[in-house]
Amino acid sequence: MNNSLKHIEPMVHHSQINVPYTWWAGDTAGRFLKTLRDEQTIMGTRCNHCARVTVPPRKTCPTCFTENQTWTAVSDQGTVVAFSVARRQLAALVKKVPVIFALIRLDGADTALLHTISQVDPAEVTIGMRVRACFSKDAGATIMAISHFVPTN
Amino acid sequence: MGKQRVAIVGTGQTFHKSHRPDVNGQELINEAVGRALVDADLTIRDIDAIVIGNMDHFEGINYVDCWSVDGSGGFMKPVIKLTTGGTTGSTLAIGGYHMVASGLFDRVLVIGWEKNSESDTTGAITTAFDPVWDRLVFAGAISGLAAEAQAYMARYSATDRDGARVSVRDRKHACNNPYTQLRKEVTVDEVLASPMLADPIHLLDVCPRSDGACAVIMAGEHIAEKITATPDWIWATANRHTYTYLGDANFGRLDSLAAASREIYAKAGIREPAKEIGVIELYQPYSFAGIMWIEDLGLTGYGQGAEFVWSGATDMDGEIPINPSGGVIACNPIGATGLIRCAEAALQIMGKAEGHQVPDVDLALSTGFGGCFWSDILLHGRRKPDF
Repeated sequence: MNNSLKHIEPMVHHSQINVPYTWWAGDTAGRFLKTLRDEQTIMGTRCNHCARVTVPPRKTCPTCFTENQTWTAVSDQGTVVAFSVARRQLAALVKKVPVIFALIRLDGADTALLHTISQVDPAEVTIGMRVRACFSKDAGATIMAISHFVPTN
Repeated sequence: MGKQRVAIVGTGQTFHKSHRPDVNGQELINEAVGRALVDADLTIRDIDAIVIGNMDHFEGINYVDCWSVDGSGGFMKPVIKLTTGGTTGSTLAIGGYHMVASGLFDRVLVIGWEKNSESDTTGAITTAFDPVWDRLVFAGAISGLAAEAQAYMARYSATDRDGARVSVRDRKHACNNPYTQLRKEVTVDEVLASPMLADPIHLLDVCPRSDGACAVIMAGEHIAEKITATPDWIWATANRHTYTYLGDANFGRLDSLAAASREIYAKAGIREPAKEIGVIELYQPYSFAGIMWIEDLGLTGYGQGAEFVWSGATDMDGEIPINPSGGVIACNPIGATGLIRCAEAALQIMGKAEGHQVPDVDLALSTGFGGCFWSDILLHGRRKPDF
């Protein structure tokens, strides 16, 4: 422990700034979230130029820079592309640790979705693991309408 | 002097509104970028580099250069962010100019944007001020402006009717600009009858909060002339910051604008700015600035700004029209606002301003203003500068 500040009078000014934010999801993300809430269906957008399917959906293809996007449903099952395990209960964590964060490429999509994996020992999670979405009807039109993913086996 | 001359070859804006719930920030940016590319008849593949900026705290997104790539077209391109408070938009323009003038880039896309509807701007602006000394009493934007106006009025016996006349002008001009937010004419009496926000600033004296984006494409001189027959040549840029602490300011005068304008006039050989400049897009967030700051720009003598404005000299058909677009009082997506001034000046030079075009503009001035009374200026010309 560093005690170098122990004998210094704390000549500091304490303050706090509270800035509330309201981020508009917009029509594109809004459609994804409403479909997730109302139909428990995960939607992506397919670029009519490069055929890549992005989940979450985009209004403009990030690589082709074209607006020609077609909505398409993707599977609720996918593959873990990368993951990490949070083991310290920071205030920002809504779920109880350990929390397994994972990037999951759903079948039919070319990009990965950030979410969590539950009901599994963190030691058993591997890249390449197959997982399936579990839906929640209480979360409203938010990404938490997928409550978490579980291993398919 | 740079290694090459620089011109604006395309501009694009969103239809600015108080709220854009239909798009996120990236999608808002994309609308302006798409319009600028169409205007210049270029594709995103033609762009060498991107300069983008906004007010960090307004959306609470700090890696805007990275986060905006879907909308900006910055995928696998050099992208840098600039943010300087109120002057962000004009700093972006000056930064883009530096990149092209250096000879290192030939086609630079400059983007300014803001979604003011997503946060509490006053809370965010508070973070611009010194935490120990200046946050206690002077938080937010309007109090500093009110103090400036009070000091000017005391020094030169100006009245709140003088300020209101400026608001009447800009709001009238705004009716001719389909992209701006507030398009409704008002009278002097209506301005004075509107709620008092911070004495002497009434609600109708001051800018709104806006969601909007602006994009400008700059090109090196040999490429610019191939892209368009009527490029907007950037003749000169200047920037001045004045002080750190609010108590050090010369309230009632905008010394940074005076100094920056003298640098511009010296570079371009301008002796009588009111006669030689054809139009000004002034970053004027509230009405009283339209009297004070035109004196600092040297359009008229100290204490004579009000008389100059009342004479009609700054109206659309006057000697030197100011804010044909309707200016900041009609629309203020802050990170875009300074760049909109630049884009509007470019439209005037290129002859593309349509319903708010001033005839035969050879030289145009666009400015940027920041909360601690700092200033940016760009001088735009129809003719390629011979220096």
